[in-house]
Amino acid sequence: MNERPGESRESMVTRYFGEPIKRNEDPRLLTGRGTFVDDIRPPGLLHAAFLRSPFAHARILSIRTEKARALPGVVAVYTHADLPPALQEPLPKLIPHPALIHHKTQYALAPDKVRHVGEPIAVVIAENRYVAEDALELIEVEYDPLPPVVDLEQAIQPDAPLVHEDAGTNVCAHYTQRVGNVEEAFAKAAYVFTERFVIDRGTAAPMECRGVVAQWEPKMRQLTVWDSTQAPIPIRNGLARLFGLPQSSVRVIAPDIGGGFGPKIMMFYPEEVVVPFAAMQLERPVKWIEDRLENFVAMNQEREQIHEASIAVDKEGRILGVKTVFLYDAGAYIPYGLIVPIVASTTLPGPYKIPNYHCEFRAVFTNKTIVSPYRGAGRPHGVFVMERLMDRVARELNLDRAEVRRRNFIQPDEFPYDVGLIYQDNAPLIYDSGNYPACLEKALEMIGYDRWPSERERYRREGRYVGLGLACYVEGSGIGPYEGCRVTVEPSGKVYAATSVGTQGQGHFTSFAQIIADILSVPVEDVTITTGDSGAFSWGTGTFASRAAVVAGNAVALAAQAVREKALRVAATLLEARVEDLELRDGRVFVRGVPGRSLSLGEIAVAANPLRGTIPEEWEQPGLEATRYFAPPRGTFSNGVHAAILEVDIHTGMINILKYVVVHDCGRIINPMILDGQIRGGVAQGIGNAFYEKLVYDENGQLLTRTFMDYLLPTAMEVPEVEIAHVETPSPLNPLGVKGAGEAGTIPVPAVFASAIDDALAEFSVRITEMPLSPNRLLEIIRTARERSKEAKSPR
Amino acid sequence: MKPAPFQYTAPETVEESLVLLHTFREEGKPLAGGQSLVPLLNMRLARPSVLIDLNRVRELSYIHDEDATVSIGAMTRQRAVELSSLVREKLPLLAEAVRYIGHPQIRNRGTVGGSLAHADPAAELPVVTLVLGAQLVVRGLEGTRVLRPEEFFVSFLQTALAPEELLVEVRFPVHRTYGTAFLEVARRHGDYALVGVAAMVQMDGERCTEARLGFTGVGPVPVRLPEAEEAATGRPLDDSTLGEIARIVAARLDPHSDIHASATYRKEVAGILAGRALRLAAERFKQREGA
Amino acid sequence: MKRRAQTNASRRTPQARRSKQAKVSLPPLWTRKEIRLRVNGVEYTSTVDVRMTLVDFLRHELGLTGTHVGCEHGVCGACTILLDGQAVRSCLLFAVQADGAEITTVEGLGTPERLHPLQEAFRDHHALQCGFCTPGFLMSTLAFLRENPEPSDEQIREVLAGNLCRCTGYQGIIDAVRDAAQRLRSGYGA
Repeated sequence: MNERPGESRESMVTRYFGEPIKRNEDPRLLTGRGTFVDDIRPPGLLHAAFLRSPFAHARILSIRTEKARALPGVVAVYTHADLPPALQEPLPKLIPHPALIHHKTQYALAPDKVRHVGEPIAVVIAENRYVAEDALELIEVEYDPLPPVVDLEQAIQPDAPLVHEDAGTNVCAHYTQRVGNVEEAFAKAAYVFTERFVIDRGTAAPMECRGVVAQWEPKMRQLTVWDSTQAPIPIRNGLARLFGLPQSSVRVIAPDIGGGFGPKIMMFYPEEVVVPFAAMQLERPVKWIEDRLENFVAMNQEREQIHEASIAVDKEGRILGVKTVFLYDAGAYIPYGLIVPIVASTTLPGPYKIPNYHCEFRAVFTNKTIVSPYRGAGRPHGVFVMERLMDRVARELNLDRAEVRRRNFIQPDEFPYDVGLIYQDNAPLIYDSGNYPACLEKALEMIGYDRWPSERERYRREGRYVGLGLACYVEGSGIGPYEGCRVTVEPSGKVYAATSVGTQGQGHFTSFAQIIADILSVPVEDVTITTGDSGAFSWGTGTFASRAAVVAGNAVALAAQAVREKALRVAATLLEARVEDLELRDGRVFVRGVPGRSLSLGEIAVAANPLRGTIPEEWEQPGLEATRYFAPPRGTFSNGVHAAILEVDIHTGMINILKYVVVHDCGRIINPMILDGQIRGGVAQGIGNAFYEKLVYDENGQLLTRTFMDYLLPTAMEVPEVEIAHVETPSPLNPLGVKGAGEAGTIPVPAVFASAIDDALAEFSVRITEMPLSPNRLLEIIRTARERSKEAKSPR
Repeated sequence: MKPAPFQYTAPETVEESLVLLHTFREEGKPLAGGQSLVPLLNMRLARPSVLIDLNRVRELSYIHDEDATVSIGAMTRQRAVELSSLVREKLPLLAEAVRYIGHPQIRNRGTVGGSLAHADPAAELPVVTLVLGAQLVVRGLEGTRVLRPEEFFVSFLQTALAPEELLVEVRFPVHRTYGTAFLEVARRHGDYALVGVAAMVQMDGERCTEARLGFTGVGPVPVRLPEAEEAATGRPLDDSTLGEIARIVAARLDPHSDIHASATYRKEVAGILAGRALRLAAERFKQREGA
Repeated sequence: MKRRAQTNASRRTPQARRSKQAKVSLPPLWTRKEIRLRVNGVEYTSTVDVRMTLVDFLRHELGLTGTHVGCEHGVCGACTILLDGQAVRSCLLFAVQADGAEITTVEGLGTPERLHPLQEAFRDHHALQCGFCTPGFLMSTLAFLRENPEPSDEQIREVLAGNLCRCTGYQGIIDAVRDAAQRLRSGYGA
C-alpha cells in the first residue's frame, strides 16, 4: 500500500514525484493569459450590482425600485418578491449536525429583515457596472432599524436582541466532547492553570474578490456558470435542484481562481443563485464581480472565539487534563454548520497525550457577516490555546519550554493514536502517523535553541527586547468523502486528466501532472490537467481542508495506474506478448528483450478505440482511459513546529521578526517547491492574523475596516524569509503516502508570536492571551504590566 | 465601486485652470495625482460635478533652485522630488520624508501640491513645510497669496484654499547649517503615519543651539511644539533632555484615537520619536560639520 | 486632437455663471471623450465615458484582461501598468487621462512560448501561485529594475511592498526579482 505508484511493479524510475518541477500553469498566468471569472466576456453581457444592507439589524418595511428601473441602461431590478418560490426559501443547509438546533441559513435576497451589514436586498442588472451602481442609489428602502447584537459575550445574555426571533435565543448550538474525566484529573493535579483567550475576526482577503458569470441558452436549455468557487460540482448540483433542471443541463466552471483560502466555498452565496436567475430571466449573460468594499462585508469571515481554558499537570509538567469552554461567533447565519468550532476543539490536543479532555462550545448568532472556514478554520485557535497553556506550565513550573513539550509528546511508536474525539468528518479522531519529537528537535536546532539563553542576554545588554517563540501543532487534513479523476491518453500520446476539485493557486496542474507523468512514463509537460469544470468531471466535493493533494491526488494516481494497466493489456494483445513481459518506458510499451517490438501510448490509444471489429472483454471499455475515485475512511494528520525570534520595540510597540523557521511533516512530498510555497504563504497569512489583520466592528455592527488602508495585509516589508525543513512520515492511509499541507503555514503563527513576545517581555511578566495584537495593544499590555509590577513592589 | 457621473475637463495652463475653478467653485474639483482623490471618487465618497484635471498643466511641474530657496511646482510628482539631487542636497528633510509616502507606484503619480492641498493630518509633506518654514503660493483670478503652513492647514482635510484658488508652488527656504531627520511609526511600510516627527537642529559641540520639532498624525493639522523645542535649546541632547522633551510632547499634544492607535499611544510614541529624531538630526549635523 | 465645442452640458452645471468669464477661453467639458493611445505598441482610438477607469478601459474595451482589479482604491497593486514607462495604478487613473500616452501591460512582455527574463525568473522561483497579483508585480518590478539594475534586497522589498500578494509570502518574488536583475544585467534573453 505504501509504495509510490510506478515504483512497485517494474524498473521504472520516478522522475517527477518529489522533484521541484516548474509549474505547467505559470507561462499562461505570467503572460496575462489566465482566465479569471472577470475575464469571461460573452457577447451581450449585462452587469449586476447588489444593493446591500447599510444596517446590521433592521426590518425592511418597503422597497421601491421604480426610479432605478427607469434609469437609462438599466435592464432589470429584482428583489425578494421577484424571485421564484425556490429562491425565496432560505438557501440550503450545508453540513447539519445533531447539536445544531437552529440551523439558520441566508436568503438569496433578504425578505423582510436584514441581519448584517452587506446582506443583499436587491440586484440591478444594467448595461454596465457604472450604470448599475448609479441605479443602486435610486432604490428606495424603508428600514426600521433594530438594536444589533455585535459583541459575542453580549449575544448570550438573556436580554440580548435576537438575530433570529423565532429561535428564541442567539445560541444555535451547544456541543460538548469529553475524554476521560477532567474533574477527577483536575482534583488530583499538582497544578491547575486557567486562562482566558480572545481571538478576533479576520478575513481571507484573496486578491481576487468573488465573481459569477451566468449564461442561459434557452434553445439548448443549458445554463453555464463561471463561478469563483472552490467547489464547482456541488454548486452545479445545487443550481440544478433550485432551478428544476437536470444536472446535465447545468455546467459550473471554476476557471482560474485568484486565491480561495476557504471562504470561496459556500453553498450558496446569494450572488451564486441570483446571477444565474437573472441570466435565465433575461436570456442574456450576466456578470457580477464583487468589489473590495463588498468583499469586506459580503464574503464570509472567520476567527472570532473566546476560550476559558485550563490545564492540569503533575509536578513534572505532565498533562493530566485540559478543559476549554468557548464561544464561537457564527455571524448572522450558520450555513456551514459547526465545522469551525469542532475543528478548533479537536485540534487543541495537538501532539500531546491528554488523558482527560473536556471541550465545550456554544455557537452564537451576532449581527455580523457570516463565518465559515478560512485557512486554518479553527486550528489556529486550538493551537493558540494549547500552546499558550504549555508555555504557561513551563513558566510556572520553571521548566524549559521545549522540555515540557517533549515530556508530553505522543511517541513515534504510538501510532495510530486515538485521541478519543470525533473529528469534523464525523469519524474518530485517530492520528495516522507522525514523528513529533523529530520535528521539534529539528526546529530547535534551526532556531539555535541551545544558544538562545546567551543570545537573549546579549540582546538585553544592548537594551533590546528579543524573544524566542515556538509552537507545535497537528493539522487534520485530507478528509473524505471522496474525489475522482479521469485520465485519458489521446491518439497524440498526450495525456489529459480531469479531476473533481477546483484549484486556486495550489499548483494542481503540475503536482497532479507529476503523479501521472511518472506512472505513464511521459514528460510532465505532456500532461494537461483540467480542474474545476463540472462539464469535464461530474462527481466531487471541492478543495478545502487541505485535502486536494491527498484525496484527489490519490484518485489521480489510481486512475493513471488503471490506464497504465490498460495500456499494457492492449499492448499485450497487439504485440502478442504476455503482460508480464512488457515494460512501459518513455511513453512506449516494449517487449522485454526485443527492442524492435514496441508501441507508443498514442498508438495503443488509437488501437484501443477501433472503428471496426470488437473490443476484447479484458479491455473493459474503449480507449486508453480510466476513471477512479479515492475515498479515505478518515483524515490524515500532518504536523509541524514553528519557531521564531522576534524583537519588540517597547517604546513604540513595533515588532521585527529576526528569524522564522518551520519544520513540517506532511508525509511524502509531491513537489517541494510548491509545498514550500504553500507554507510560506501560510506563514504570511498567519503573521497577518497575529499582528496586522483585524476586522473592527463598532457597536452598531458597522465594519470600520472596509478597505486595504485599514485592514492591513502584510507586505514584502513585513514578511521575513522563512527557513523550512521537512520530516517525511508517510501516511499509511493512502497509496501515495501524502498528507495535506494547505493550512499548515498559517496555523501556529499567532501562538509563535505570543510565545516570542512573552519571552521578549519576560521581565515585565507579560502573558499574551489574545490575537491579533497591534503596536497600540502591545504598548497597553506593557503599560499595564509595568504598573502591576510597580504596585507589587511598592510597600503597603 | 465605480465613480458617480461627472464632467471632465483638462486645462493646459494655470490661467485656464483658474478660470475653471472660478466658474465651478464648489462643484469643481481639481485632480492632481489622484492617489487620494480617485479612491474617494471610486467609493462615491467624493462626488464633484466637474473634475478639473491638472495633469496637463505642464508649467506647474518643476524644481527650481533659487539659491536660498528651492521652489517646487504644485504638479511636480513626489517621485521627481525623491530622485532630485538638488532636493537631496538642499532639502534633505524633504528628500527623507517623501520616501515615506506610500510606495514608488504611488509617488510616480502623487504630486507635492496634491498632498498638501489634500491636507491629510497623517501625511508627510505638510509637516515638512511646517518645520522648514516653507511658503505656499496660492493663486486665484483675483491674485496671488503667499501663506505660511500655519495659515494654510486649517483642520482635518481642510486648508485655507478658497474653492476658486489653486496651490501653485511651494517655496522651501534652504537651511544649510542644520541637521534634519524624519521618522515615523506606521502600521506597515508605506501606510499613513500613526505618528511622524520632523526634526531640525543646530549644534554647538554637544549642545543644541536651535531645534525645531514638527509632528504629524497627532491632530487635525501638523503641529510644532515650541515648548519642546525650547527644552532642547541650549542643552545637550542626552537622556535627561530627551526624557523631558518626551514628557512635554506627551503633555502638550492632543491627538485623536482611531482604530489603529489611541491618543495615549500617539502621545507616548510622539515623545519617543521626537527624541530619536533629535538625536539623529544632531548626528547628521555633526557629520555635515565634519565633512 | 482638435478641440470640439463643449459637449453634453451637465444638468448640474450652472451655464449662466460660466458666461461671465473673462478673456481666457474655457477648455471643453466632456462626459464622453475620444482618446488615442498606444498600448503595447499598438495604437488605439476609442471614445470613452470620462468616468471609466483606465483599468476598466484596458480590460473591457481593449480586452487586455491580463491587468487585474483587486481593490480599486490603489493599495493592492494588481492593476499596476507602465504609463509612459512608469509603474502606476491603473485603477487610480481615468482612461481619458491616458490620452496620448504610451502604456505597457503584462501582455506587452513575453509570450508563453517565449517568456521575458523577468517572467522566467518568476517561474523558476515559484513567485506566483494563483497568479492574480502577478501581472501587477511584474510591471512594478520591470520599471524598478530599469531604474535600479543592481538593487539591494532591502530596495527590492521596498518596491514590492507596493503590491499585495496573498499566496506566496513574497519570498519567491524577492528571489525572482534578485535573479531577474542578474539575468537582465547579463543581457540574458534580451
